[in-house]
Amino acid sequence: MGAQTVPTQLRHFDQELAQLKSKLLAMSALVESAVYRSITAVVQKDRKLAEEVLQNEARVNQMELEIDDQAISLLALQQPMAGDLRLITSSLKINNDLERMGDLAVNIAQRAIALMEEPMVQIMIDIPHIGALVQSMVRKALDSFVMRDSELAQSVLASDDAVDNLRTAFFHELISFMQREPTHIPQALNLLSIVRNLERIADHSTNIAEDVLFYVKGVDVRHHGEALLRHKEPRG
Amino acid sequence: MVGEILMDNENILEMEVSHLRRRVGMVFQRPNPFPKSIYDNIAYGPRINGMIKRGDMDQHVEKSLRRAALWEEVKDKLHKSAFDLSGGQQQRLCIARALAVEPEVLLLDEPCSALDPIATAKIEELLFHLKDNCTVVIVTHNMQQAARVADFTGFFLMGKLIEFDSTEVIFKTPKVKATEDYITGRFG
Repeated sequence: MGAQTVPTQLRHFDQELAQLKSKLLAMSALVESAVYRSITAVVQKDRKLAEEVLQNEARVNQMELEIDDQAISLLALQQPMAGDLRLITSSLKINNDLERMGDLAVNIAQRAIALMEEPMVQIMIDIPHIGALVQSMVRKALDSFVMRDSELAQSVLASDDAVDNLRTAFFHELISFMQREPTHIPQALNLLSIVRNLERIADHSTNIAEDVLFYVKGVDVRHHGEALLRHKEPRG
Repeated sequence: MVGEILMDNENILEMEVSHLRRRVGMVFQRPNPFPKSIYDNIAYGPRINGMIKRGDMDQHVEKSLRRAALWEEVKDKLHKSAFDLSGGQQQRLCIARALAVEPEVLLLDEPCSALDPIATAKIEELLFHLKDNCTVVIVTHNMQQAARVADFTGFFLMGKLIEFDSTEVIFKTPKVKATEDYITGRFG
């Protein structure tokens, strides 16, 4: 005799889960935009873009509070299990990472404004290149959550080393520059801060990717647990 | 007996019982359909009260059964006995029967304790829609059910009301220690 199947039904709870996801997506869009604007403000010396990032920070912080409150209510009132539980706990963590990314974008915007107020100097570090890599990681991490795409999430994890290597190379270059031209240390320090903040945004993107893998596959790949993925059947 | 039970500022203990029963419907722990057809279970109350004209009764029965999320399952067997239905269906029939007299308040005494999880989920889902048109009061020992469906929750212990507040407050940040002890399972 075959296994009996029971038709699934849409519950009131499903609407509330959808609302939580929708809020998280709105927050993601805000943060992705903040990261983009902050990097563009540095590269194109665009003060207006930098100031927009600063003005939007309050909204990002407000959304963090709303999402946390909603997720905690769902945990308290709905006793979620399995995939629903993983979605809600992952949402709490992704929410936190997004808010931190927003803060880092603000830091970059502030450094961009500081750079605009100092005499320009030529330093051989490719901010557009590292900026593009980081933006790509942010986009892929957030897309992997939207699309429940574990392969896309894994690709984010694989990209982190490239950003770390660039950061290390740029740090070396900036330290050499400061030793050669001590009068331009302020500019170099601003760039050092920008590179450091970009690398941290990349780290938060990998955190989000790890949370997506836990949500989609129920596997905890933090701290180099990627090998566990090879032993898990793909989930529908 | 001491005290009052007020509904819209009227003490129901002084109200005529038949008048009260029109305004307050009741559903019990064990389904108790009348030994009649599905149709007549619903039509009985409105008929006795002279609420609905004969020509409108079919429509009224359908409306009540739809409100109880039962219509699709019974529309082709309205003249069969109510006892032909499953436990969960019988309970929804009792809810439809209570709704048929269009009460202002619906009381449910542990409405799902005799039902399987699927039937329970169906009834909890329908309670969400019922509260649009009527005040619903449930007595339940299943606090997870209270958390899932209720807007407000009251915690009683040994005959006393310990705490009453929005369900969110009761289950996230209860103000009374006894409430916190109960909902976290540190009781008894």
